[in-house]
Amino acid sequence: MDTVTLEIDGKAIKAEKGISVLQAARNAGINIPTLCNHEKLEPYGACRLCMVEVRKDNRTKLVASCCYPVEDALKIRTDSERISRIRKVILELIVPQAPVGPLLALAKKYGADRSRFPLDKGEEPPYCILCGRCVRYCAEIKKLNAIGFVNRGIDRKVALVPGIGDECTSCRECYGPTVCESGKFVPYAEEFAFPPHRSR
Amino acid sequence: MEGRIVDRLLFLDPITGKRVAHESEIPFYKNQRRLILGNNRKIDPRSIDDYIALNGYSALAKVLSGLTPEQVLEEVKKSNLRGRGGGGFPTGRKWATTRDSPGEQKYVIVNCDEGDPGAYKDRSLMEGNPHQVLEGLTIGAYAMGSHQGFIYVRQEYPLAVQNTAYAIKQAEEYGLLGENILGSGFGFKIKIHRGAGAFVSGESSALMSAIEGRVGEPRPKYVHTSVKGIWDKPSCLNNVETWATVPFIINNGADWFDGLGTKGSKGTKIFSLVGKVNNTGLVEVPMGMTLREIVINIGGGIPKGKKFKAVQTGGPSGGCIPERFLDLPVDFDELSKAGSMMGSGGMIVMDEETCMVDTARYFTNFLSDESCGKCIPCREGLRQMLKILNAVSAGKATQDDIKRLEELSEVVRDASLCSLGQTAPNPVLSTLKYFRDEYDAHINGRCPAKVCKDLLTYYIDPDKCQACGICLKNCPAEAISGKKDIVYVIDPKKCIKCDTCSEVCPEKFNAVVKISGEALPPTVREGTKVKRKR
Repeated sequence: MDTVTLEIDGKAIKAEKGISVLQAARNAGINIPTLCNHEKLEPYGACRLCMVEVRKDNRTKLVASCCYPVEDALKIRTDSERISRIRKVILELIVPQAPVGPLLALAKKYGADRSRFPLDKGEEPPYCILCGRCVRYCAEIKKLNAIGFVNRGIDRKVALVPGIGDECTSCRECYGPTVCESGKFVPYAEEFAFPPHRSR
Repeated sequence: MEGRIVDRLLFLDPITGKRVAHESEIPFYKNQRRLILGNNRKIDPRSIDDYIALNGYSALAKVLSGLTPEQVLEEVKKSNLRGRGGGGFPTGRKWATTRDSPGEQKYVIVNCDEGDPGAYKDRSLMEGNPHQVLEGLTIGAYAMGSHQGFIYVRQEYPLAVQNTAYAIKQAEEYGLLGENILGSGFGFKIKIHRGAGAFVSGESSALMSAIEGRVGEPRPKYVHTSVKGIWDKPSCLNNVETWATVPFIINNGADWFDGLGTKGSKGTKIFSLVGKVNNTGLVEVPMGMTLREIVINIGGGIPKGKKFKAVQTGGPSGGCIPERFLDLPVDFDELSKAGSMMGSGGMIVMDEETCMVDTARYFTNFLSDESCGKCIPCREGLRQMLKILNAVSAGKATQDDIKRLEELSEVVRDASLCSLGQTAPNPVLSTLKYFRDEYDAHINGRCPAKVCKDLLTYYIDPDKCQACGICLKNCPAEAISGKKDIVYVIDPKKCIKCDTCSEVCPEKFNAVVKISGEALPPTVREGTKVKRKR
């Protein structure tokens, strides 16, 4: 097994070549928060909560640790002031959309003020944060591709893929708590024509 | 006629009022260096013979008959050509990475997904001289060891699609594409992929996803697409203009190209000069020409003698550069230092009647619309930035909102997944930096350029109104009252601020006044008679 040696938060760490900085950090007991990451799924790089500072060739850059492969002599900081500010603002943006347990806990940890970027008046929280775990679970694990994203930008949402959606076997695993990050897949459950998920 | 010049048919320079006999003397063209664009007007894009008659495909012949792929690569490296798509990555280095990456199958791609409002340089090249791009692409394929090329053209450029398809067919017939090109043993094929209309698909990883047949969404590129691109094979993506430059470098030599331009940016660059400028159009100049030379000498300055305010370079996510940087030499590095970018080569000139808050809002709205929605900072961040900008333009924002806007912009820039999000805050950050006073004015209820509708009141100056009634006839909201010889009055409660009255009021009267942030002059007593001009 090829290994590389890198430094995370001042600790020298040996890691298997090819794994991500996030995995290497977690293997070494260093916690980096994530929303879209799932151990069974390919890295996606969409929630940007796992951003870390990478120092390489005397230059510092910000990267998503879930997608960044480990390399020899990398120096990584997972908790600088800049990183904390990024996480705080990302949480301020997303928590009002899904004010549920795990997200609220993260908001508290990073001092995110939920009222800074509130929803519009009368707008209901959608609960879905578009982390894509359900979509990728259906594609990568179940190999069905029955659900996918439709529309773009702020209109983006998860829906049954027209035509292919019939493939849905109602396994319900996509909105189970082990897959759905916000733990509330309710708004979509009806659309999927299977029994609504009971929230945790 | 009989060798004499027919004066009345000559081009009349609207600025100097003089007739110009030769195209090369017209100020708009005189100060340009039309290298890449030069042949466009000389050829029929549907005729490969036209292109060949102008030395076309001679660079390809030179390469295939006497140069090794290594030599071609070396030549491009030595020319110091940088990618014309905006990022300015050294082309030679990109080619070398693709060439050296493991894998027999390699792809070369033309990026013609030019989606910026007001930019059309790639379109013009692809429509007007497609063979030049095909030649550059084939040379690149030879240097990198690729046998399959893709041209990604947006569907909204139907003529570009048609002309390119036609050009490919012609080149195949002439043995300039396909198996065993010019008897050299080298084979290369090109396929056109039509874009489905998403702005973000111009981003390299999104574009490659689209070619694979998936949704055009970016993915993290910590492993470059030149190593793992289409179907995880090494893929070299360059802009139309970059490929079109390659034949010139091969024909004239790397040293010649290296001699043009500035220290860090070589060659010539095409800009789409638009906005509040007298001569609009595609402009090709050597790198390092100052903004002043481009806007004033070539563009002929600002119409109606208005004052220059800013120029936005690089498309919707470029920054706005203020007047004090007019002598900035335009190249990749200087533009980024000023908080903008080369980007797509768009150049939008703004005069004193342009509101910078409104400008930032327009571009943020565009980018928010075009965001794919995959990552949180870009999707949610741009939406919130737009909300704040809407509030600023409506005069409902506070200094605290500006602070929020600033912090949010920095996070969107630092944390977004792809370059759409990373550069999207540029219009906001640059206007906050150079035009902070305009943001402050809006907070105090005044739009200095008199653009933001919520902060405007329309008013008819009783001393100027001649009761012609044109404004009343054109007002769609029936907000204007008045009759013969009696001063016309706008009812601010009914007025929808469409600006029609101001536009139709005859220039000699100029009676409709826009007021922002000042007290409205006292209402005219009903039935006031007009003051007739002598």
